[in-house]
Amino acid sequence: MQPEVYRHTFANGMTLLAERMEHVRSAALNFLVPAGCIHDPSEQLGLGAVLADLITRGAGERDSRELTLALDNLGLDRSESVGLMHTRFWGATVARNLPAALDIYADILRRPHLPDDEIDAVKALALQDLVGLEDEPRSKVLVELRKHSYPTPLSNDHRGTVEGIERLTADGIRQHYRRLFQPAGLILSVAGNIEWQPLLDRVGQLFGDWTGAADTTYTLGSKPTNRAHLTKDLEQTQIGVVYDSVPIGHADYYAALGAVNVLSGNMSSRLFTEVREKEGLCYSVWATYQTLKDRARVVCYAGSRNERAQRTLDVLLRELRRLPDGVEPDEVQRVQAGLKSSLIMQQESTAGRALSLASDWYHLGRVRSFDEIRAAIDGLTPQSIGEHTRRCPPRDFTIVTLGPKPLVG
Amino acid sequence: MPFHEHILANGLRIIGESSPSARSAALGFFVRTGSRDETTEECGVTHFLEHMVFKGTPRRTAFDVNRDFDAIGADYNAFTSEETTVFHAAVLPEYLPQAVDLLADIMRPSLRQEDFDMEKQVIIEEIGMYEDQPMWSAYDRAKRLYFADHKLGNSILGTPQSITDLTRDQMHAYFQRRYVAPNLLVSVAGNIDWPAFVALVEKQCGHWENGPIGRNGLVETNGSCRFELLTKEKVAQEHVILISSGPPADSPLRHAADLLGMAIGDDSGSRLYWALVDPGLADSADCSFHEYEGTGAFYTSFSCQPEQSEEDLELVLDVLRDVQDNGISEEELNQARNKVLSRVVRGSERPKGRMMALGMNWIYQHGYRSVDDDLRAYETVTLETIDDVLERYPLDRATTFALGPLAKLSLPGANGAK
Repeated sequence: MQPEVYRHTFANGMTLLAERMEHVRSAALNFLVPAGCIHDPSEQLGLGAVLADLITRGAGERDSRELTLALDNLGLDRSESVGLMHTRFWGATVARNLPAALDIYADILRRPHLPDDEIDAVKALALQDLVGLEDEPRSKVLVELRKHSYPTPLSNDHRGTVEGIERLTADGIRQHYRRLFQPAGLILSVAGNIEWQPLLDRVGQLFGDWTGAADTTYTLGSKPTNRAHLTKDLEQTQIGVVYDSVPIGHADYYAALGAVNVLSGNMSSRLFTEVREKEGLCYSVWATYQTLKDRARVVCYAGSRNERAQRTLDVLLRELRRLPDGVEPDEVQRVQAGLKSSLIMQQESTAGRALSLASDWYHLGRVRSFDEIRAAIDGLTPQSIGEHTRRCPPRDFTIVTLGPKPLVG
Repeated sequence: MPFHEHILANGLRIIGESSPSARSAALGFFVRTGSRDETTEECGVTHFLEHMVFKGTPRRTAFDVNRDFDAIGADYNAFTSEETTVFHAAVLPEYLPQAVDLLADIMRPSLRQEDFDMEKQVIIEEIGMYEDQPMWSAYDRAKRLYFADHKLGNSILGTPQSITDLTRDQMHAYFQRRYVAPNLLVSVAGNIDWPAFVALVEKQCGHWENGPIGRNGLVETNGSCRFELLTKEKVAQEHVILISSGPPADSPLRHAADLLGMAIGDDSGSRLYWALVDPGLADSADCSFHEYEGTGAFYTSFSCQPEQSEEDLELVLDVLRDVQDNGISEEELNQARNKVLSRVVRGSERPKGRMMALGMNWIYQHGYRSVDDDLRAYETVTLETIDDVLERYPLDRATTFALGPLAKLSLPGANGAK
């Protein structure tokens, strides 16, 4: 049941990836434009997010309302989001409407109006997004965790800052668009009930004559402090902990993934069992692996009522620190079962497959086959995971808390 | 896709749709019980019981339950609403027998005292987590204000006090009352062998107790039409919710109500989007139709900078009044319909989504509906049906609740300012 994966890189450097899924009626598309918030100038943080909102407010022959109506009438569920490295345009609908959706996205990416008279509205929304973050304590602590664990500009959050957004001008936004919305390095992935050749022809017509390369260089700043507490009157203290891991493509990658899954892959994993099931300290506790091309980390989160938060942090850190002591064979079997099951079930999700294709291409310059990933999961052993956690133990934690009182950790 | 149905002697109904090309199989146990079925003393028990179901049986400890689900790589969880508690798992087809064994086993939980005491702490943590999220907190309070003494206004999570006061014996009595075989439904979809599946369920569940089913308080309501402001200085944005009445879940008007809600307040291209979000006056503005047994409701909500709330509320009321007086256009109806048809197709293409739709449809429509039945029901909605909804369930007769830093907020066009 090896799925059919297709690839073509056009002369302009844009790559089209596709996977044919005959058993579904839908299709998903996913553009990764190398315009992530890492490229927001330090005095204009939030620029990428403002551009991502403005860019769908009219393009090609359509004004903002006509564009929205056209996409809605194609039944397209969609989102535009700004991550660290990319601005992502995602959409899914019934497969027969995909070609028409691609036509519209070509307008959005290549011929946006970026209308002057919408800029104030877009900036107002960006500012509200920042204010709204104050009402979402979990997101807030994770944003602060990033800020305190990564050097600039890796520490950027797409929401930016009030000062940064207030400084934005129409010219600055257009300049940012011209700098980063270029075909070289752009990835379009499509998964679903599609035919390759007509798709390739269509994408070639829509994007083949576009030329240019984005300047995506950046310079790292110094490493920030690794402890912070933000005081806020909340029911629960929010706890964020992060430590370094190895990136995708590294020889230890699958062992690192296995180790994180021993901690938090499922409900019998260590954090859930020790923090929630045995002591009832929280509702939500997890750890997740996040990779960039050249570095990776494990992000842990827990939220506990204030009087119990110190105990939660203590148990969480205890579990991280004892990881190099070894993992049990039955833990590894459960991790393998979970990873394999989600690998196979991803074959039912057009959105999941479209994202995986693009993510592999960006990180590795190739698309991993189903068999390759399955073999790597099958190859995990208590030894391989144990050795990895001894070579790369959880340590040098960055800890950020949000709540009435600081914790000791 | 073939549909199957079977009823055990004790009244447990099993339904399924098989799809041999699917990579997975999904099954769910649907219990027709929720917060509306609780007495005042039992406030929060349905949701607490949902947690306790995972805490073990005579054959399994709490850890055994988690371990056994994880050993087969199951994607599993549960949720509690006002009127349904659903336990579900998606697995690779070869693990379906183990998944049935597990889910069926935990539906008859031990409710051990020590597990009960420990899980109480987790529930109180969950309440704390939601308390720190103002929009959720506003939603819970708005529902109470709208439904007044109607049971649908009951809080799903309960309060720290109601959970603290709850005893294991109260939970056990509730379990015996509500988890009788005919009050449950088993739904399955995906790559399955139907006769083998039925045999597995029969073996595990055939001995479950029969008992009386049903629920009290099945009355339609138009809500309290009240207005209330709750001032919370530590909250950054103002969160406002308006609730008005809608058709019940078994009404022929429900698909029209769904489309009407989308035309007014879907997150793209709707009336509220253009009135509030597009010009940057609110960071979110939504309207959606919620159906319940016996009644329904339209929930309209927005969040914005506090100083903007009064103008935004006026704009929202203008939109609702305009739709009430003039209806929506053919273009708006088609736009909503195109979105919903695509969502129905995509939502049904994975066994998990299809299993959920099968179960919910059976519970609310009391019968089987194919994907094409659902698509046709949306396709046949006309502007006249939309007008019928508006005539019977006026949007401008709303209950309004606001939560945020504002000390004062006037309800435009009303004397009920506070």
